[in-house]
Amino acid sequence: MEKFIKIKSNAIPLPMVNIDTDMIIPKQFLKTIKRTGLGKNLFYELRYDENDKKISSFVLNQDQYKDSQILITGKNFGCGSSREHAPWSIADYGIKCIIASSYADIFYNNCFKNGILPIILGEEQVQEVLEAAEKSLNFEVDLEKQRVSYIINNEVKEVEFDIDPAKKACLIEGIDDIGLTLNKVSHISEFEDKQKSMNPWLYSQKLK
Amino acid sequence: MSSPITLYDKIWNDHIVTNNDDGTSIIYIDRHLVHEVTSPQAFEGLKISGRSVRRPDFTLATADHNIPTLDRDKGITDPESKLQVETLEQNCADHGITYLSMNDNRQGIVHIIGPEQGFTQPGMTIVCGDSHTSTHGAFGALAWGIGTSEVEHVLATQTLIQSKAKNMRIDIQGDLPIGVSAKDIVLKAIQTIGTAGGTGYVIEYTGDAIKSLSMEGRMTVCNMSIEAGARAGLISPDNKTIEYIKGRPFAPSAEEYEKVAQYWMSLASDEGAKYDKTISINAKDIIPQVTWGTSPEDVVSIDGSVPNPKDEADVEKRKSMMRALEYMGLEPSTQMKDIKVDTVFIGSCTNGRIEDLRAVSKIANGKKVASHVNAIIVPGSGLVKKQAEEEGLDKIFIESGFEWRDPGCSMCLAMNADKLQPKERCASTSNRNFEGRQGRGGRTHLMSPAMAAAAAISGKLSDCRDL
Repeated sequence: MEKFIKIKSNAIPLPMVNIDTDMIIPKQFLKTIKRTGLGKNLFYELRYDENDKKISSFVLNQDQYKDSQILITGKNFGCGSSREHAPWSIADYGIKCIIASSYADIFYNNCFKNGILPIILGEEQVQEVLEAAEKSLNFEVDLEKQRVSYIINNEVKEVEFDIDPAKKACLIEGIDDIGLTLNKVSHISEFEDKQKSMNPWLYSQKLK
Repeated sequence: MSSPITLYDKIWNDHIVTNNDDGTSIIYIDRHLVHEVTSPQAFEGLKISGRSVRRPDFTLATADHNIPTLDRDKGITDPESKLQVETLEQNCADHGITYLSMNDNRQGIVHIIGPEQGFTQPGMTIVCGDSHTSTHGAFGALAWGIGTSEVEHVLATQTLIQSKAKNMRIDIQGDLPIGVSAKDIVLKAIQTIGTAGGTGYVIEYTGDAIKSLSMEGRMTVCNMSIEAGARAGLISPDNKTIEYIKGRPFAPSAEEYEKVAQYWMSLASDEGAKYDKTISINAKDIIPQVTWGTSPEDVVSIDGSVPNPKDEADVEKRKSMMRALEYMGLEPSTQMKDIKVDTVFIGSCTNGRIEDLRAVSKIANGKKVASHVNAIIVPGSGLVKKQAEEEGLDKIFIESGFEWRDPGCSMCLAMNADKLQPKERCASTSNRNFEGRQGRGGRTHLMSPAMAAAAAISGKLSDCRDL
């Protein structure tokens, strides 16, 4: 996984609440057997009309946000289906950081597995950065310092955010969880031995 | 004596492999369900890193999301869907995983076949790359949905790295009125706590109304826990749980059954266990529920009307209500019973079990589907289909004008050919009324099987108790 250090970019304002993963990536794109290539279909039904033409009023279709790496949005982002195609499409599009006041649980965890930083700010702070994103093109997200900064009206504003230290370390170091867990494989074997002696029926079940 | 604890705490404690320094724990996963949509990239990941599946014997796979519910003998015509299903078949063959193919009559929606085969048992940790894995909590199993990276993690290690959730209790007291079902309970609960109300919690459902539900009804309730933001829903095991599992293919043998059942019963939450949050709902206040908007929390009683955004004080909420009404093509204050439907979908992991089909047949028996309505019934599994046919339900459905299909996820998420057209309005027994969920521009009203059957017959949203 690519390491997350610092990003400088403008930020896409998408002030809607409860954006679900069906909205992030609709079902017709879940038939893929690959993780890549989904970025062009991110927010498909908001972004393209029935004839696959870009809807010019949608924020992702506006020139100034073309290469943005930051998305600012409403609360409970990523609710619904567990599809990891949602963070895959976000990452494939080039967005590396999301700012919202809350996320659905499964989506939030999926982000960290894909090098995406989901920042949680208070509702009022989100409102402020949303307004700034409409005007300012200069956002910086520094994960090390846990700080979002932006320039508005020639003034530098800074907002600090909290993040679980383990999740932060994972992003900064680009860690592969599976490798870490396999380092503790002896614990897993011990657990299985203990469970097998206590609840043996769990280990003898087959489709009859 | 140790202090009383919840079912969730007991299962959690019993599955800690080791506690990490950062406050997370490595949790052992007893059973893993796999389907075609969220697994190919996980198997690919294993291959790239040269890893194998640790416990193929604890893993069960089937294809459900992407398969046709008509003309199945002709195979899958959509090339992408076909490739995805074939990829799963190949991955299962390569790793020695039991796979129930589309043409096996035990195939069905993964959350229907787990319990049906006895794969789901109390006290287990169960995961699947699907958010409705919460269904299995009806058996007192800690079951939750995961993403594909976590699917790969479970395949490789049979564990997951987890942080402990908080305990929430939703207590449904008293007796359910006649004509009110498990679906109405859970829609009412989601309306009460909101679509993010359960985030960070595991919800345990308690109370007389829950105890009185069949295992099928309990699965419906736990299934939609995720629609309230909770990863998992739970119901403490009791005699109904034990009777349901007995004799099923994966169940413990007859010789050991009594001993195992005793252990299962001991897992129930202790008297006096502490919950971080408790919500109480009186069953007698619940009447049949329907959704009006594009979030599962947009719920009203069938005798109610479409809400008016003007009455909403919260600006953000008002904006999303206006957007939802525009999408749904509804005017504020319209009586719910005046809303005409074009399509009726009966099925899904929420309501595709035998009891659901019986509820539909009771309403439909001797009546006809309204002439402007296209109504389809998709059983949750091949065995549900077989059982329904043995009971003669299929004849009632066909006689009434319903289409009787083959099992799968179908129009719940419309990955196969079963989908709504733009502006088409659907009475659906599924779990999500999101924009575009059942097809681009499609308008979904969630409700119970009896209510969906009533809508099919009368051609508009109706109170099933009036039919």
